[in-house]
Amino acid sequence: MKKFFAKNGPGYFFLIPWFIGFFCLALGPILYSLYLSFTKYNIFKPPKWIGLENYEFMFLYDDRFWKSLEVTFSYVFMSVPGKLIFALAVAMLLNKGMRAIGFYRALFYLPSILGGSIAVAILWKQLFEYNGVINTLLAKIGIEGPYWLNDPNYSLYTLVMLGMWQFGSPMLIFIAGLRAIPRELYEAAEIDAASKWKQFYAITLPLLAPVIFFNLVLQMIDAFKTFSSAFIISGGAGAPLDSLNFITVYLYNEAFAFYRMGYASSLAWILMLIIAIFTGVAFFSSRYWVHYENERD
Amino acid sequence: MTDLSIQEASDIARSYRIIRDKRKRRATITKHLFLAICSLVMVYPLIWMIVSSVKPDNEIFGNISLWPSEFIWQNYPDGWEGLFLSFTVFYKNSIIVTVLAVIGNTLSCSFAAYAFARLEFKGKNIFFALMMMTLMIPYHVVLIPQYLLFLKIGWVNTFLPLIVPRFLAGDAFFIFLMVQFFRQLPRDLDEAAMIDGCSPFKIYWAVILPLSLPALATTAIFTFIWTWEDFLGPLIYLNDIRDYTVPLALRNFISQDSVSMFGQLFAMSILSIVPIFIFFIFFQKFIIRGIATSGLK
Repeated sequence: MKKFFAKNGPGYFFLIPWFIGFFCLALGPILYSLYLSFTKYNIFKPPKWIGLENYEFMFLYDDRFWKSLEVTFSYVFMSVPGKLIFALAVAMLLNKGMRAIGFYRALFYLPSILGGSIAVAILWKQLFEYNGVINTLLAKIGIEGPYWLNDPNYSLYTLVMLGMWQFGSPMLIFIAGLRAIPRELYEAAEIDAASKWKQFYAITLPLLAPVIFFNLVLQMIDAFKTFSSAFIISGGAGAPLDSLNFITVYLYNEAFAFYRMGYASSLAWILMLIIAIFTGVAFFSSRYWVHYENERD
Repeated sequence: MTDLSIQEASDIARSYRIIRDKRKRRATITKHLFLAICSLVMVYPLIWMIVSSVKPDNEIFGNISLWPSEFIWQNYPDGWEGLFLSFTVFYKNSIIVTVLAVIGNTLSCSFAAYAFARLEFKGKNIFFALMMMTLMIPYHVVLIPQYLLFLKIGWVNTFLPLIVPRFLAGDAFFIFLMVQFFRQLPRDLDEAAMIDGCSPFKIYWAVILPLSLPALATTAIFTFIWTWEDFLGPLIYLNDIRDYTVPLALRNFISQDSVSMFGQLFAMSILSIVPIFIFFIFFQKFIIRGIATSGLK
């Protein structure tokens, strides 16, 4: 026993905070959340086991749940590809040892770092007011802008644009990835008179695949978890007509506005499963389209 | 077979070069033009917000100009005192939470990282795998159980739920970042120190930490930014306006529904992101490197 501690003691000692955190704030809560998702619980009375009822209600009767999935997925599928394509395009422009690259890089990154703040969500909301800046600009070129924030057909686009505005961090990762592609490849292609387009899909895309993959996974997970901006722009309740009722917003309101902790927990588990499935699919599929340079097949 | 004279050949080469250079220059100019337009679109909302913070309220909407007819600096002091309590209180709260969170996260993550990177103990691989798995768990799943836990021990409506978890190495991302960094440091240093009779703690404190300032700085900077911007945590745990952090106070500003306070709202929004902006200016190098190498947001 003494020997065991002499050998392992220091390691365990340094892990004490992590152990406490892991069991009390991660593992324990996850299991408890799973348990709660099978109960009815309003904080004031102890949880009551109801089996699969929460999930049954969710899948069979809860239109708001399906709507929240639709909203969340639409957001992810619109904002992530848009963001990544834009990030890659700008990264490629910034790549080739140009002047003022540091300036542009910092400028384009700035929205990413401010984007999560409430200040920016507030700003965004005002930009898209009916008589806000966006519509005033549109009017200048003869387009009558919609009621962005009050029309459920348009409200989600304001958030998609906010997401795309923050293309800075995938852009930085792309820049680092592009730097790692050997220059000689492009020089050789140039000698063979390969067009820029051909160079892009024969050299850049395949060699950048690991980075694209990495960015895709990160951005997707992040997009699924969008909360603050949706909360602020939708006035806290996913309005108008639930068109901004992201699953995170729905979950928050179920738990902390209506104290339906059991149902909210089952929503949380669905969210976790969705993220796990998407990450899993990305990892699994990566075998077919991502090849690492030092890997021989 | 006709031979080109040297003179002719060099003429052709020169005219070719001139055409190529011209094309290149044109491409560079187009590129800069494109990037300049992009930058303008990117920063326009931020600049508009800054300008609107000193505009008379009737000029904020339906107006895209970036030059107010008169400068209402009064928006700043008025906004500062615009809520039931002064923003001095909210800034004080935000600073307390953020500073402690930064200290806690940096210390506890480096603690765990040191164990994983440098010490041998039983179960290390399993713990490491578990730690990496927590990366995938969305915060929303542990949110409800954590809330119930903190409610039970009476921590709701205090700063503790926002601070204590930071001392428990909950951010697997930063542990991983530091593990990667610590592993690069030469092991000879530890061994030399051990021969000199240093304890593992002494090695951690006097050898590893001083050599890991870049990784510690990256962790500290991002923790600062995220904690400062954090909205969901304070939203759930702080219900008394005297405990509000700045983002919560800002939300109160918009939910007050006073039509005529937009100038003040923007003024306070700007002030709320000033600390992040300052950090960004000063620590750009760390931030950009941190993202490019590890995919932090």
